[in-house]
Amino acid sequence: MSLVFAGVCSHAPGITGRAHMADPDVRDRFYDAFRQMGDDLRAAQPDAVVIIAAEHFANFFMNNMPSFAIGMADSYEGPIEDPGWLGLERRQVPGNRDISQRFITEVMKGSDIAYAEEWKFDHGIMVPLNFLTPDYDIAVIPVNINCQGPPLAPLERAWAFGESMRRACEAMPERIAIIGTGGISHWPATPDSGKINEKWDLDFMDRWCRNDKDALLDNEMYNDLKVYADAGQGGFEIRTYLTVSAAAGGAQGVVHFCEPIPIFAVSCTVATYDLASV
Amino acid sequence: MTLYAVQKFLYELNRTPALQTAYEEDRHAVLEPYDLNEEETSALVEPDIGKLFHLGVNGQILMHFAAFHQIEWQDYLQRMRNGIANYGPVREGVYAMTTDLNDVVAPVHQSSEGSAS
Repeated sequence: MSLVFAGVCSHAPGITGRAHMADPDVRDRFYDAFRQMGDDLRAAQPDAVVIIAAEHFANFFMNNMPSFAIGMADSYEGPIEDPGWLGLERRQVPGNRDISQRFITEVMKGSDIAYAEEWKFDHGIMVPLNFLTPDYDIAVIPVNINCQGPPLAPLERAWAFGESMRRACEAMPERIAIIGTGGISHWPATPDSGKINEKWDLDFMDRWCRNDKDALLDNEMYNDLKVYADAGQGGFEIRTYLTVSAAAGGAQGVVHFCEPIPIFAVSCTVATYDLASV
Repeated sequence: MTLYAVQKFLYELNRTPALQTAYEEDRHAVLEPYDLNEEETSALVEPDIGKLFHLGVNGQILMHFAAFHQIEWQDYLQRMRNGIANYGPVREGVYAMTTDLNDVVAPVHQSSEGSAS
């Protein structure tokens, strides 16, 4: 079959953990957009959902840090965080080892990756699943791009990783959805949490919607030092977004929601690609 | 005696319930296998969130540690600010502070409602 759905969304832990601290008007409009994305995802009837997150030291550490990793198990557990703090109960999440293994084998033809038969989910995956597949009834294939512990893979390699995933989808009989989570500008888990560069975010999402490879990989704009200065350490997570762009193969995107919610620490974002546009 | 060892301990604590139980029973004992100096050990035992932030612990690791200790969000942010005020700027890593000590970056909305889950 092939890729049947592609999109990106925020994953900040405050989205569920600090819901009561946000302005309910903007928060509920964001939740509505998030849940609509879930409706659209499920309407595409995927056999598996690939979730590309920038995990936060739930599984990988600087003793053996892969730039790119994919999970290969029949079941996963999350969140690792205190459930009361995150506002999400700990649970088992279904995977599919067979689909994962074949997906990984195909991706390896174009990108060097690590695979993992154990994987604990943190907010990077659990927060999106809460809105996208609230019944936890679709197999998840977790993917990690190291966006936390520099040195980080160059953006060009993240793009190539997305292209490898697209080719993998095309080579498999199953219907595959791909979701990127994280970003965009933010200074998470620091005293600066809540600082947001809205102009930078909107500019990035404009490039994302146009699926303009050169604009997304603009080294003058998006080298790590510049991103750190303009968009914080959380800005490194643009890797997950542009990987989805590459996987979408030139499709054009639509931003359904992108507004700052400081207590959630990000411009809360929901966006999808129109795969019929290519 | 490195930031690496401090973060390695926190990484393992954050994801390992058995280690969390052991930490609650005897904090000094669980730290013995790690190459930590007195300052680092003290910060991990107390816990001194401000000192750990000052030492350069990655916020994504520190945030989970604070949640484990049931430290509320606004308190967590203030403890890091206090750490900068008391000990000075972040020594290393990418989680430096960029706002002023008294800035209110993420105000809490005054009305309260339920959560999303």
